[in-house]
Amino acid sequence: MPDGGPAVEVDGLTKRFGDVEAVRGIEFAVRPGEIFGFLGPNGAGKSTTINMLCTLLRPTGGRARVAGHDVVAERDGVRRNIGLVFQDPTLDGYLSGEQNLRFHAELYGVPRSLTGDRIRQVLEMVGLWDRRGDRVQTYSGGMKRRLEIARGLLHSPRVLFLDEPTVGLDPQTRASIWEYIRRLQHAEEITIFMTTHYMDEAEFCERIAIMDSGRIVALDTPEALKAGVGEDRIRIQTADDEAAIAAIGDRFGLEAVVSEGAVTFSVASGEAFVPRLFAELGVPIRSVNVARPSLDDVFMSFTGSTIRDAEASAGDRMRVMMRAARR
Amino acid sequence: MATTAETAPSDKAATGVVRVRVPERGLRQDLRAVKIVLHRELIRFWRDKLRMVSGLIQPVLWLLVMGTGLSNLMASGGGVAGTVDLKTFIFPGVCAMSVMFTAMFSAGSIVWDREFGFLREMLVAPVSRSAIVVGKCIGGALVATLQGAVIVLLAGLAGVPYDPLLLLEMLGLMFIGAFALTGFGVMMAARITSMQSFFGLMQMAMMPMMFLSGALYPLGGLPAWLTVLTRFNPLTYAVDPLRHAVFSHLDVSPQLMATFDPGVTWGGWVVPVWLEVVIVFGMGVGLMGVAILEFRRAD
Repeated sequence: MPDGGPAVEVDGLTKRFGDVEAVRGIEFAVRPGEIFGFLGPNGAGKSTTINMLCTLLRPTGGRARVAGHDVVAERDGVRRNIGLVFQDPTLDGYLSGEQNLRFHAELYGVPRSLTGDRIRQVLEMVGLWDRRGDRVQTYSGGMKRRLEIARGLLHSPRVLFLDEPTVGLDPQTRASIWEYIRRLQHAEEITIFMTTHYMDEAEFCERIAIMDSGRIVALDTPEALKAGVGEDRIRIQTADDEAAIAAIGDRFGLEAVVSEGAVTFSVASGEAFVPRLFAELGVPIRSVNVARPSLDDVFMSFTGSTIRDAEASAGDRMRVMMRAARR
Repeated sequence: MATTAETAPSDKAATGVVRVRVPERGLRQDLRAVKIVLHRELIRFWRDKLRMVSGLIQPVLWLLVMGTGLSNLMASGGGVAGTVDLKTFIFPGVCAMSVMFTAMFSAGSIVWDREFGFLREMLVAPVSRSAIVVGKCIGGALVATLQGAVIVLLAGLAGVPYDPLLLLEMLGLMFIGAFALTGFGVMMAARITSMQSFFGLMQMAMMPMMFLSGALYPLGGLPAWLTVLTRFNPLTYAVDPLRHAVFSHLDVSPQLMATFDPGVTWGGWVVPVWLEVVIVFGMGVGLMGVAILEFRRAD
């Protein structure tokens, strides 16, 4: 892969299943080392896009390059350089965790002299080294997902694709999966491309593309997307509300009001503002609450519906596509 | 990067990351892939003891229950030139049948892999489709032969001598037969996406193949229509060499030999064993070729 080139580069990518146009000419680029997220309801075309980027589906139109290789003309080049974690598990439950990884290492031609060390490393990274000898059947959902992440990393890919990596997991496990993802991005200097329909998870991405009905409707950092929608709202309870309102006006040039028993005002990036507020307000603060415009608001402003409504209406479309995409 | 500030304290992995470079695809790579796909079949067979045991039940039923029950019928008929125990006669047929069932099951594992997603793990790997299919076919054939080996150990029950040469010969023949059947199964599995329809179809294909193969009755002196059907059945050419191997190790009169081991004839010409083996093996290679093409086309 040419150094400095984008990790993923997509131009006019289209996929049609019969009459259904699942992906309608999308365009974007992912920088090396970035955590890039695709956010959208089920049926928006996220998985279809990932499948095309992973060489599992042939695009109907347009071009895409992953790690410098064309996804149609240089499929092997792409396959050598990507790791994949699918939405549905793709492990062999009859094999142990280690055997699953060994299978992968052989299939990808990982040099034998490195296989043992590398397996140990990725298993330790996801905290499964102690369970390596157990059959995957006996693993919990979160452990399976972690094992898949470890497997996706085994051959040191340049780009790791995660298709809904935390779907169906409990919140605690989701949090720990995210912990691993961020840690490995750091340790492995890897580009991470993921899809999600959880708003709170999209926050972890450096940039997100919001996808709806086969198109990218917005692409930016989560901060910028939310800033585009509106400011954060801060509510504080103080010992002296009058003094606090005056101080907020003097020191920060912001207009505050008392609403529902709390001093309330709006500011562009609330969390970053709170330390300054404590340091400079001069009035004791008893409690603070920052309400941000959520990605839900962002999604709403770009698509005109909430992500849950969009999912409901996309259900039929998705069923058609899943039948067509099944192989 | 915006989120580095939130990144968990880097562990020791950050300092000593083992970097791997995936090599360009080549023959060596593909051979490694064949080997590991095959190896997986063996591991799975070994771990699935229940399957091994349940694979034994059918042949034992055929040999001990049907064989014993029906031999009463035969004995009452009597024979001038002595008798051949029915169990001995059907033993090679039972071996062929059990190998056939196991081979089909092994081929069905591709459908299973597809349903459980594991096929995707193989299909996105930088190896050729043929490596995966060849690995599956040889692996399936090996597993079926192993199952066959367990049946061969029952030879004593059927009055077949434990001659090491005979046992080896039988194992070799079983492998070739199993290879052809796995090829057939994998070819079907390339198109069929649900386990139910796969096994339904296989049952449909296997029963007639079994009944028309000469596994359970001698092929000589049949009515013309049945003769023609048996000659078109590939399994016939897998069963006959097995039977021939068994009978050449028995001490029976030429008259009985002609009745029970007449060989396969094409319009009066006895097809030699080597040609039968070539037919079966060639079919295996051909079916595997079709399977490879189908997996490539689905790409």
